[in-house]
Amino acid sequence: MKLIYFAWMREHIGTGQEERPLPDGVTTVAGLITHLREQSPGHASALSNMEVVRVAINQEYCDLDAPVSDSDEVAFFPPVTGG
Amino acid sequence: MPVRVQHDDFDSAAETRSLGSSGPDGYPGAVVTFTGLVRDMAKGRHISAMTLEHYPGMTERELSRIYDEAMSRWPLSKAVIIHRVGRLMAGEQIVFVGCASPHRDAAFDAARFMMDFLKTDAPFWKAEESEGEVTWVDARESDTAARDRWKS
Repeated sequence: MKLIYFAWMREHIGTGQEERPLPDGVTTVAGLITHLREQSPGHASALSNMEVVRVAINQEYCDLDAPVSDSDEVAFFPPVTGG
Repeated sequence: MPVRVQHDDFDSAAETRSLGSSGPDGYPGAVVTFTGLVRDMAKGRHISAMTLEHYPGMTERELSRIYDEAMSRWPLSKAVIIHRVGRLMAGEQIVFVGCASPHRDAAFDAARFMMDFLKTDAPFWKAEESEGEVTWVDARESDTAARDRWKS
């Protein structure tokens, strides 16, 4: 699956994009986040507070209980600040 | 294109004239536009420039959704949303929203609606430069409140 990070989350993780296989037993966004937090201190830091993280699957906003599959593009980002 | 994401500057006067030009139903009667600029002050600090990051693809999709919602909710003859990305200096134009309608109330309301949703839903992030330091801008709860007024 393709994972994308933006703004300060990208800086914490150290990359804006990475390819990872869908971890065994992971079926939802929440499960994916739990798995990613264990991958590096940067991931743990970026994904520590889900109150301030928004998630999009295949470029559509989704909730934490949304299902994920290996072919998905999953983006994580802070609240938006355009305009 | 009614929705544009670009680094290059835009000509707000030309956009305004285009919104006011004659369409299938003649001239619109009312044009309301909003232009957002890069501030030079934030939280008491001098801002020299900012960099706007975005999510290519999803940004255009979200802006198109906002445009479509405004077009279906109000009797608009034309509307446009332009947002710049990349590094912009203080005082430069960032965003332009414009609506043309037979009546001013629809044009005012639709322009505000598009800005309110753009602020909370379109995936852009600002990093401000102040005295050599770069800081990500925090989202504001008042922006969410402004958007949620339209949901009642």
